[in-house]
Amino acid sequence: MTFIGELIVSVLILTGTFFLLVGSIGLAKLPDIMRRLHGPTKSTTLGIGATLIGSMLYFAFIGGGLSLHEVLITLFLFLTAPVSAYMIAKAHILRSGSTQASLPATGRKTGWATFHRPVPTGKPAHRDPGTSGKAT
Amino acid sequence: MIAIACAVAFGGIMAAMLLNVFRLVAGPDVLDRVLALDTLVINAIALIVVVGIWYSTAMYFEAALLFAMVGFLSTAAFCKFLLRGNVIE
Repeated sequence: MTFIGELIVSVLILTGTFFLLVGSIGLAKLPDIMRRLHGPTKSTTLGIGATLIGSMLYFAFIGGGLSLHEVLITLFLFLTAPVSAYMIAKAHILRSGSTQASLPATGRKTGWATFHRPVPTGKPAHRDPGTSGKAT
Repeated sequence: MIAIACAVAFGGIMAAMLLNVFRLVAGPDVLDRVLALDTLVINAIALIVVVGIWYSTAMYFEAALLFAMVGFLSTAAFCKFLLRGNVIE
């Protein structure tokens, strides 16, 4: 394994560690959960992506052939991190009364998708809009 | 050089996991704990990958992939439970 290859893999691993640490510091330090979501969803995803690319290059450099396990994990994490952040934010809006009071108007016929049906229909709703969960 | 980088990465990821455990214990809401657990799983995946590089073995990738799937599924199921009152309707 050449010096350049070792240098590239080491820099990628250390970059990934830096961003993982930054995301976790943001999770521990920021004051509100809506602000805390930024650390794990952006910085930590970048960090794990850099670490996995470093691992892929390492196993390509030592002669094991280019393996696609790391690309699979990277793609999976990059797809699922926004989904989990979206679900956490939605559950937070449903559970927090002060956040609901500060929501701006949507400017449409229906309200926010967490509380109201997305498209108003003539049929009676399966569940009354605005009464889902403990939010009311 | 890679061994030194892996040792530094090991220490850094362990510090990040300690910060996540702090948020997991001290989080005022249950969603803080869900978020901390999600980040803890991501840090555990990074730790598994770094250990795999350190030992120069490709044996740990299945474990990392399983951790990724289980972590996302638990987060999604927990948020779904908090949103709707049950997981599978």
